[in-house]
Amino acid sequence: MVKVTFVSSDGTRREVEIAEGETAREAALFNGVPGIDGDCGGACACATCHVHVDPAWIEKVGRLKEGEAEAELLQFAEGASEYSRLACQIPMEAAMEGLVLHVPAQQY
Amino acid sequence: MSIDTMELDTAEKIAAIPIDEIDVSRPSLFQQDTIGLFFDRLRKEKPVHYCRESHVGPFWSITKFDDIMAVDTNHKVFSSEAKLGGIAIQDMHSVEGALELEMFIAMDPPKHDQQRKAVTPAVAPSNLLLLEPTIRERACQILDDLPIGEEFDWVDKVSIELTTMTLATLFDFPWEERRKLTRWSDVTTAAPETGIVASYEARREELIECAMYFKGLWDQRVNEPPRNDLISIMAHSPVTKDMPFLEFLGNLLLLIVGGNDTTRNSISGGVLALNQNPDEYRKLNDDRSLIASMVPEIIRWQTPLTHMRRTALQDWEIGGKQIKKGDKVVMWYLSGNRDETVIDQADRFIIDRKNPRHHLSFGYGIHRCMGNRLAELQLRIIWEEIHKRFAKVEVTGEPERLYSTLVRGITKLPVRLHAR
Repeated sequence: MVKVTFVSSDGTRREVEIAEGETAREAALFNGVPGIDGDCGGACACATCHVHVDPAWIEKVGRLKEGEAEAELLQFAEGASEYSRLACQIPMEAAMEGLVLHVPAQQY
Repeated sequence: MSIDTMELDTAEKIAAIPIDEIDVSRPSLFQQDTIGLFFDRLRKEKPVHYCRESHVGPFWSITKFDDIMAVDTNHKVFSSEAKLGGIAIQDMHSVEGALELEMFIAMDPPKHDQQRKAVTPAVAPSNLLLLEPTIRERACQILDDLPIGEEFDWVDKVSIELTTMTLATLFDFPWEERRKLTRWSDVTTAAPETGIVASYEARREELIECAMYFKGLWDQRVNEPPRNDLISIMAHSPVTKDMPFLEFLGNLLLLIVGGNDTTRNSISGGVLALNQNPDEYRKLNDDRSLIASMVPEIIRWQTPLTHMRRTALQDWEIGGKQIKKGDKVVMWYLSGNRDETVIDQADRFIIDRKNPRHHLSFGYGIHRCMGNRLAELQLRIIWEEIHKRFAKVEVTGEPERLYSTLVRGITKLPVRLHAR
């Protein structure tokens, strides 16, 4: 299991566990973390699992790559930043133990 | 030339048609609401189906959820470009006398991205928070003016009224003239066979009138400080302020149709679905918190836009079938939304479904419906306010449906209200 912390827009922190091999989207949905919709089912097709990776983690998680589907979708998301990623595109592996993700007020 | 027969298809007749002769482009199938039987057959027997001959020419039908998702998210292979045919089963720019409109839904990147980004803030969550009290106030007004115990048309009095008011708010459109928006929306998607316009020439005239009207609003707002309405946003954004005429008109019509037809028909479709499923109506009456999951379920169930179309830019394989460069590929959202292999009990309307947002009605990928949160907001508000006031919105007669292959519309829905 890998531990990940979701910080909601009001500052509430929720530490949850998820099996290795799942993604950060499942970490939120399977543990009832509010604020992640994930409408498309984890296919990188809707941008409703938008998170801001904590700046301390961004290099390890990796930034958006211009021209890839994830960046193409997130360009239309409200409040997208240099730390924006889609949770469904962040695989949960041992190296992610302790990861911190910030959840926007609303998904769009 | 008649493109269609008005003869009713019975289940037996549909079952007997050779699979390769099925043509789901006929608007009458949608008006008679027998289209589901055709899609059931396609999903079972030939989920990626080629129709060789139809009034819109040859086309591929993609009918399963996952195949639709694969096409929708692959915009590098499947183009939305208007000049290649655009986004509907009927080619854009194909009809004599029609306008060669340009709109960002029918563009590929990078131009699509720039224009969409410019107008998105008007319907993004933070702006919707500001709009919510206004929409609610107007919804309450509409519902409070309705007669109790008397038959009336729900489509005209509620569905059209609420969506038109919301659209007028988004455009900051002159209030008393807001039904012009409804008319222009209907005219945009209309072909002469529908009776909504007399000819393509007449349609053209009306749309130019629409453009001139908006030009007047535009000229005012471009000289005023920027505000949050769509016209002001477009008039001030560097990527949209110098649009050529047909692009200006095209993008306006896109926003009008996008904000009108779709939510209107979901509001009507929800009333109809609850009446056809009395157990679900009971559940709703017992527990108003179910509105949250009912709203996306209504949008799935209605699927107000039946399809989006793409054009293949290269040879590509889908579901074991070879698509050729230049082929017309139609993603039938209405069919994918009934795909049992992805959606549990897909042929049932269930308001407390576990994963209700996993549907195709908004599309996926870069062209995903920009107004999806506004649509949900309007539906949520109207149902919260209905729930407070009425024990039942009872459907008292047969609904009338739109003659259209694209818009799954309900044109009349007689109802009677029961006070709570």
